[in-house]
Order: sequence, then structure tokens, then C-alpha cells
Amino acid sequence: MAIRSFFVPFLLFALCFNSSLTPVLSLYEDQVGLMDWHQQYIGKVKQAVFSTQKTGRRRVIVSTEENVIASLDLRHGEIFWRHLLGSNDVIDGIDIGLGKYVITLSSGGSILRSWNLPDGQMVWESFLQGPKHSKSLLLVPTNLKIEKDNVIVVFSNGRLHAVSCIDGEVLWNKDFEAESFEVQQVIQPPGSDLIYVVGFAASSQFEMYQINARNGELLKHESETFSSGFFREVSLVSSETVAALDSTGSILLTISFQNGEISFQQTPISNLVEDSSGPAVIIPSSVPGIFAIKTNAITIFIRVIGKGKLEVVETTNHETAVSNALPISEGQQAFALVQHAGSEIHLAVKLAHDWDGNLLKESIKMDQQRGLVHKVFINNYIRTDRSHGFRVLIVMEDHSLLLLQQGAVVWSREDGLASIIDVTASELPVERDGVSVAKVEHNLFEWLKGHMLKLKGTLMLASPEDVAAIQSMRLKSSEKSKMTRDHNGFRKLLIVLTRAGKLFALHTGDGRIVWSHLLRSLHKSEACKSPIGLNMYQWQVPHHHALDENPSVLVISRCGPSSGAPGVLSFVDAYTGKELNSLSLVHAVVQVIPLPYTDSTEQRLHLLIDSDKHAHLYPKSSEALGIFKREFSNIYWYSVEELDGIIKGHALKCKCTGEVADEFCFDTRDLWSVVFPSESEKIIATVTRKSNEVVHTQAKVIADQDVMYKYISRNLLFVATVAPKGSGEIGSVTPEESWLVVYLIDTVTGRILHRVTHHGAQGPVHAVFSENWVVYHYFNLRAHRYEMSVIEIYDQSRADNKDVWKLVLGKHNLTSPISLFSRPEVITKSQSYFFTHSVKAIAVTSTAKGITSKQLLIGTIGDQVLALDKRFLDPRRSVNPTQAEKEEGIIPLTDSLPIIPQSYVTHALRVEGLRGILTVPAKLESTTLVFAHGVDLFFTQLAPSRTYDSLTEDFSYALLLLTIVALVAAIFVTWRLSERKELQDKWR
Amino acid sequence: MAPIARLLLLVLLSTALTISSGSGDGYTINGRVKIPQGLGTKGFALPGKMSNIKVILNGGQIVTYLRPDGYFSFQNIPAGTHLVEVAAIGYFFSPVRVDVSARNPGKVQAALTENRKGLSELVLEPLRDEQYYEIREPFSIMNVVKSPMGLMMGFMLLVVFIMPKLVENMDPEEMKRAQEEMRNQGVPSLASLLPGGGRN
Repeated sequence: MAIRSFFVPFLLFALCFNSSLTPVLSLYEDQVGLMDWHQQYIGKVKQAVFSTQKTGRRRVIVSTEENVIASLDLRHGEIFWRHLLGSNDVIDGIDIGLGKYVITLSSGGSILRSWNLPDGQMVWESFLQGPKHSKSLLLVPTNLKIEKDNVIVVFSNGRLHAVSCIDGEVLWNKDFEAESFEVQQVIQPPGSDLIYVVGFAASSQFEMYQINARNGELLKHESETFSSGFFREVSLVSSETVAALDSTGSILLTISFQNGEISFQQTPISNLVEDSSGPAVIIPSSVPGIFAIKTNAITIFIRVIGKGKLEVVETTNHETAVSNALPISEGQQAFALVQHAGSEIHLAVKLAHDWDGNLLKESIKMDQQRGLVHKVFINNYIRTDRSHGFRVLIVMEDHSLLLLQQGAVVWSREDGLASIIDVTASELPVERDGVSVAKVEHNLFEWLKGHMLKLKGTLMLASPEDVAAIQSMRLKSSEKSKMTRDHNGFRKLLIVLTRAGKLFALHTGDGRIVWSHLLRSLHKSEACKSPIGLNMYQWQVPHHHALDENPSVLVISRCGPSSGAPGVLSFVDAYTGKELNSLSLVHAVVQVIPLPYTDSTEQRLHLLIDSDKHAHLYPKSSEALGIFKREFSNIYWYSVEELDGIIKGHALKCKCTGEVADEFCFDTRDLWSVVFPSESEKIIATVTRKSNEVVHTQAKVIADQDVMYKYISRNLLFVATVAPKGSGEIGSVTPEESWLVVYLIDTVTGRILHRVTHHGAQGPVHAVFSENWVVYHYFNLRAHRYEMSVIEIYDQSRADNKDVWKLVLGKHNLTSPISLFSRPEVITKSQSYFFTHSVKAIAVTSTAKGITSKQLLIGTIGDQVLALDKRFLDPRRSVNPTQAEKEEGIIPLTDSLPIIPQSYVTHALRVEGLRGILTVPAKLESTTLVFAHGVDLFFTQLAPSRTYDSLTEDFSYALLLLTIVALVAAIFVTWRLSERKELQDKWR
Repeated sequence: MAPIARLLLLVLLSTALTISSGSGDGYTINGRVKIPQGLGTKGFALPGKMSNIKVILNGGQIVTYLRPDGYFSFQNIPAGTHLVEVAAIGYFFSPVRVDVSARNPGKVQAALTENRKGLSELVLEPLRDEQYYEIREPFSIMNVVKSPMGLMMGFMLLVVFIMPKLVENMDPEEMKRAQEEMRNQGVPSLASLLPGGGRN
């Protein structure tokens, strides 16, 4: 008997020994990468400059559309360093100065910065101002010197600056104040001390300024009028010639300004190409002697021979991209040309003066899912036999970046993932016989060995080699990257839609791309000029009776930026990435309402509202229509018109009238509207509950055995409005002029359930709504600190149900139907706290059954994600909680929310450019999956109140086994001992 | 990291005013970020690189980086009360409120918002460094014994090995009397509630 009571605590001890070492949230440094992954991206490359340093690692400096400047390893494509500039600080140009500084011009040409090439440390920063807004151009001449200072020439804001490369000092500047002067090019002929500034004035006058590069003195100013005007861009043909188009786009002009004399040469395009039709545009490039124009789908390359004589060298109707010229040797310049032909791309490197000869001609098989080549950048290297080798960096339609060398793709970066529009999660296939992808667990001996190592690690007996072995063993665990569903629901697919119109499926285990698909419906076409992806919805989530079907997602996109443009729907298989179907709609898509009904194949019913306020039902099947008709009168939705400050509630009326008879189209009616006075309130944020959120219980037992009932309604809307004056930046308004008003509105009836005004507060407001509470973040101008407030809403009509006798006798109203049309008796509680940081996004953890306590996930301005217990935002917190309240877990009130460094879920990492946080429940109740995205991606698992329902990752089975063995040994020993004792007793 | 920090300490504080009226339509805020030596070097959380420290005005309106000497500046700032935040991995910086006054340009008015401490110069120092990881405590027997489970086990061992001894040493008559008493009281003992415990 003694043995039995001995064994139980020992087992408990073994269990507890593990859990006591695992704190609530935080990680040990050696656990990094076990459950989380982090991926760094840069976005679609706008400009690339190759570092010409002969020694050290080869680099390429890029600027991107995500406003990143980065230095990449040319050999592997990894990031050496990277900086994300502010959203108002758009990069205009980059270059390398003196071989060791990266020069960036940004903010419309008003900020010039220099960064140290090896490590990315900013060296200097110069602010350039000017009289008026203009195009900004950056030029870093290689050998222009003023008193031993290398010079950077910048044209911005109507002023030409010469800036020292060493310290950013402005050496001289020259204003171009002529009213209508529009600069087109700044040219510095190599080897001379002259700078040419050319541009247009009054759209029909060509202006040329010749400036002394040493002191900014104006040497010559010439202008010439061309009667039919100019069309935007010019292309630089040589240092003293530019090519332009007239305003109709049918006449080519070569303008030369040799020795300060301007002369025009006109050539109608029809003289060069017979079947040209429609206006042409110039493709900006800087290949000497050659320029390209594009009419319709035809690209024409034209060579300039001698004085203004033009010759067509090639016309092609393939998609083509040209690089800038690269000087390779004295007087020789090379450029790269990439053309599409079927599934291959043809890369040709030519010398600028010799079109017909190729330095290099390769064809490379290209993944069709990458689309067209958008940009080409060329770089050369000297081979061992002294000949020139070329490598080419190409930017594809899906925003990926590839390095081509010797006819092959050396590396590629999926930088489309830097601009995610929408994310949704999908289950993986169920494991069946023959489906299993991962290899079988290695043999028992290895397993035991692994666990012995782990045990050593826990007991701090491991040598450094052992530690390394443990670490690699944990990271390599094949378990987490299997392609099948697991018991705990940790393995899922994250399906992301990027701005390039590409869908990616990422595996939650290790973040790898399972499939990617460039949506055909998001391809540019005649009918749809500029398609934009909008949203993604889960179209089909089979789990009960349609298990053989693959889940699918619905991608909604639109042809053009206006909300009235026709929409496009595409249905994509979540397992394979195949586009199952796509519908080009005739109607616009203003709002998409996923309905809580599914048909027999588990396709979810969706209601699409168009710009004429008609509702269209999808899928268009009679079964869906039948389900829909049954619920016809129960469908309500709302719309927010932010500009007019109106929130409206809608319901369905009848079948569409007037138009072509379509039984899936319905007319709608307005039920209610809330109009905010435009002179005092402006809507800045609206938030509702997530439609798939699960609430475990409505009742909340509080300290004194009392019960409060949460007011849980899917139809609550949180609205925040500010004074119109206070909608700008912080610092632009005084506390007296600014206020923030928040509302809780019932979206079925339009009833305002709660309204509260924060005087002296200002946006931006970030809010999250869950269960019966909403938490919002705003700026308090009086204290000049950020604040977070919580509002909890409770149902009073059920408050008298706590009498047990009433329940027993059936005199309760728990079963009475709830109608939102009856006036709800609600009470609200709220409280506010200071919060240190600015916030970029707020989310809340969600679990499978909603039992686990919640945590707020706050994306801070430093691009970290902080997990904050909801208990800190509990309106029942007080300065001195009673004993009973303490037992309930109420934390004494403090004026600000604590920031505990260990509770950053991103630990020491940054999710650069953080935009959104998504939480997905795992099957295991204690755990939630968190995906944060911006320019970087970060994924982790969180257990807001520990993993109470499973053993932790580093549970040591070896210790358990060891304990059992020790116990069995102890049993035998004690048994023998007691036997002997018994024998002795008997002999006595 | 260390050489940079040393460099920071060596650089003398310039007498440059925090706020100066720049050319154009706004004012300029100049300041510097100073990371004292010693902070961040202890522990094993690697502090972020100096080159990755961002200085953010008004929650993202303007973002700038530090020069090698730690200085930063914001240009074209309108008069008003602004908020400057420093984002640096490994350090906790308090946001700073900076008043840019139109009436007397050049007047320094800055205060940490966390503790309302005024700053005579816009020199931002971290309030504390941030450890993002738990530190593994070395294994020790005392820790195990002191934990609630350890105490419980100790008690159990005591019961298992010492109690029989005590019972053994008892006078059989006395024991019988005690058992009688118990039966009379009829209080269910804890032991009898546990499965098998009653038989012991």
C-alpha cells in the first residue's frame, strides 16, 4: 500500500517538475524557432544599384514599393541590412556614392540621406527645400569634384542642389523659378564641368539650362518652341540628345542641344512603322543611341544615327523589358533585353552601338506563376579568362526578385509576400492510408537517445555539443511540417492574397510556401485594365458530409479603383491552388456578407451588394436559393458611409424589378440610419465582432457568488467619431477643440445602446470587439499620452435569474426568445488606462471553444506584438480589491497598463511594417495560432493561460521513464525487505 | 555596440538648441538618443543594432534614423505639442512630449510622458533595458524540494516511512482505545476517503 501512495505523488512531481519551469507566456532563448517562424521581405523592387566594390561580398542595393531600402547578398539573395522609411517618406531615387555610401532621395526630393554600405548605419541626413513642387531627380556623377569633395546633384522642388558626398553639406544651389518649368532630365556629361537641365515649359516650349558644376553659375539658357506640344516623358539618347513624343503621340522628336543650340528633328511614327496605330508612349530607358516606344502591344526599338536620323532596329509584339545601360569598358555600354516566348524568357545582352550582335543570349524556363517580367537590372563581372560575364536581376509581375546567371535562376525571393492584402486559414487534408507524406518515426533507440539528451538538457548536465544537438533535433522535428491534419490543429494552411494578385499557401509549421498561384482573373486584360484584389472569404469548409471535397476560398477583386467598377470572383482550391472557377460580374461589389448558412456541399452562402443597392446571392443554385428564401426575413446588414457620416441598416425587400430577370438578385430597403452631425463628428473607426467567434458561456460568476450575464449579440457595432479638427495628426489641435465619441450601435434596429464622450481625446482609434467587450486605443491630448479604454456590456433582463428556486420551479426567462426589437435592458461598465506606445493594430486571441481566457495582441509602433491579458482591462478593477475579488483574479487598479518585455510574442524580433494580426483557433482549446504580417511575416502559437490540456513541447519522457524504472526497482527492494522482515518476525 | 556607446559618451553635449526655427514653413526638432554603456550588455538578449533604431514623430507621421553620433532631427514641424517615440529592440524608451512654441522659438520644452520628468535638453535615454527571454535557472535540488510538489512529496514520504514507526511504537492497548474513540465520533477521516487509504 505504501508503494501506491508513494507512486502517485512521484508521478505528479514528475509532471509538475516540467510545468513549473514553463512560465505563462515567455520563451527561453533556446525555444526560439520551435513554434514560431519569421520571414523577412522587402517588397517589389523599384530600383536596383549594384555595388562595384571589388573586394568583400557582392551586394545589390534596392529600393522597393514598400518603401524599403535594403542591401542584398548577390550570391544568395539574403538581406544584409534593411530600413523601412516612413509612409510619407517615399523613396524617389537611390544610388551609390564613392563606392561606400548609399544615397537615397525621398519625401518628394526633400530628404537626402546617406547610409554606410556595409552595415546600413545612417551617415548624414540633409533637408533640401525649394520654391515649388517638381519632379525630383538624383544624380551621382562618378568623377565630378569640387575641392576634393565628390558631389551629388539633386533636382528637387524646383531647385538644383549640389551636395557634398562626405557630409551632406549643400555646396551651392540654383533656383528654377520660371512658373511652368517642368524638369525632365539632369545630365552631366562625363569628363566635363557642365550640368544640363532640360525640361518643358508651358507644355510646348523646350528649355535647356547649362550650368557650371563647380559653382552653380548659369552659363547658358536656351529655349525653343514646338507648336504641337510634348507628351510627358523623354528618353535620354546621348548626353546631348533626348527623344520625345509630341502631344498626340504620333510624331517622334529628337532634340539635340549640342553646344547650347537646340534643334528639333521630327519623324512621324508612321514613317518608321507601317502598321502603327494609336498613340505611342516612350519607355523610359537610358541606353545610348537607342530608345524604345510602345504602341498598343508592339514595342519598337529605334536607333538614332547621326543627327536626328532614326532607324527601326526591331519591332516585337512579345512582352519586353529593357535594362539601363551598363558601361563595361572604355566607350562600350551594354544593356539587357528580356522577352517572353511561351513558358520561356529570352535574355539577350547587347552592346549599345551594336544591336545585331549579342554578347549573351540565353533562354530560361520560367515558372508561369510568376507572370511577366516587369524590370531588368544588369551587372557584369570579369571571368577568369578576362571576358565579361553578366548577371541580371529581374522583377516579375508577382513582385518576386530573381537573379539570372549562366542561363539559370541562381536565387529567387518571394517579395510579393511583403504586401499582403488579406489572410485566411484552411485545414490540411485528413491523414489517410497512403496519404501520409512524412517519413515514419525513426527507430526506438534514436527516440530514446533524443529523450536522454533532452533530459540532460533539463538537468543542466548537457555539454555545448549536446545543446546544439538538442536544438537542431527540435527544429528539425518532421512532425510540425507534415502535410496532414494533426490532433491538436496546429498544422494549417495560411492562404494569403498579395497586392500583385497572387495567392500563396503557407504551412504554419515552418512557413514554407506549399503552393502559389497568380490569379488569372487578376491578370491585366482588355476587359479589366487594372484589377485589384480586395478580399478573401472561406467559400467551402467541408467538415461533416462533404469530406471528400477540398476546401476552397473565394477571392473578390475589382476592375479599377472606383467602387462602381465591375467585380470579379474567383474560387480557388485550398489544397492545390487551382482556380476552380472565375466569374466576371456585370455588377460592382461594394459589400460582401457571408451568411451563416451552407448548402449540402458545405458551400457558404454569400450576399454581394452592388453599387445600386441590389443584393446578389452566391452560389447561384436553386438549393442555395431555397435556403435563402427560408431565412429571407432574418437577414440584416449595415453600411457605413464614412465621408457623409451616415450609418445605415438594410434588409431585403423583394426580387429585383426592372432589370433582366435574375432570381438571385434582390432589392433592398433601408431600415434605419444614424446621421452624425458633420460639423462636430467624423467617423474614424468602426469595428464589429468576428463572425466566427465562439463564446463559451453567457454567465460570468463574480466574487460574491453573484452572476452577471454578458450581452452577447453578433449585431453590435462599435463606432468612433472625432471632431473634424482633431482628425489630423497629433500636435495639430488643442485639447479644447478635440473630442472622441464612441457608440455601441445595434445593427438590426439602429438603436444606440451606449454612447460616451472623451473630451480632449483624438484619433487614430484602433479597436477590437470580442464577446461582450470592446477595447479601444486613442490619444489623450490633456495628459499627452495614449490611452486604452474598455467597455463591457451586460444584460440586465436576465439578472434576476440567479435565484435557484426560480430555476427549479421553471419561473426563469432563460428560454424566452431573444428579439433585438424588444428594448434591451443593458448596463455598461468601462474604465480607461494609459498605454505607453502608439499602436498599429489590435487583435484578440481566439480559441476553439472560447473557454480559455483572452489576451489582447497589440502591434506597437516598434513593430512588435505585445500580448496583454484581458484581466488588465477589466472595468471591475479597483485600487483596493476585496479579498474575494482578489481570489477571483482582479488585479489592483493602476493608472497605466504594464509592458512586460517577456510577453512580447515576437520576442526579440520585429515584424517590420506591421499591418495586421490574425488569430486562428487550434483544435486544442488552450492554444491559438497568431499570424502577424507587414513587410515581414511572423507566426507563433500562443497559450493565453498555459497549455493546461497537453504536455508541453519539452516534456521529458525520459525523466518519466526513469522515474518509473526507479519506482519499479524500489518496489522490488522494499518487497524483498519486507519479506525478509516478515521471515524474521516469524522466526522470533 | 560597445564602441558606439563609448563614442556616444565621448561626444560632448553640444549647446545646440533643441528647437530652432528652420527656413520654410516650420520648425526643426533636434535631439539625440543616448544609450549608456553597461545597459543592455548584461544578460543574453542581444540588443538591437544602433543602425536599426528609429525615431518616430506623432505615431508615424515622420520616421527617421540616427546618425552615428546619436543625433536625429525632424524638419518642417508646425508649432504645437508633439510626441516623439524611440523604437529600439532591447530598450524601453518613454515617449517624449515636445512643445514647439510659435511665440518664442528656440525654447526647449520636453517631458517624458511615462514619469512626467522634464528634460532640459532633448536627450533620450532608455528607462530600462528589455529582456525578451526567460533565464533558465540551473537545476538544483533545493528548488525542487521547495516547490509545492516537493513539499507535498516530503510530507508523503514522512507519512509513509515515519508514521508506521510511530504506530509500531504505540502501546497496542492505547491504539485500540484510540480506534474505539474514532469509531464513536464517526468522523470520516481523510484517509478513509482516499481509495485504499482506509486499509493502511
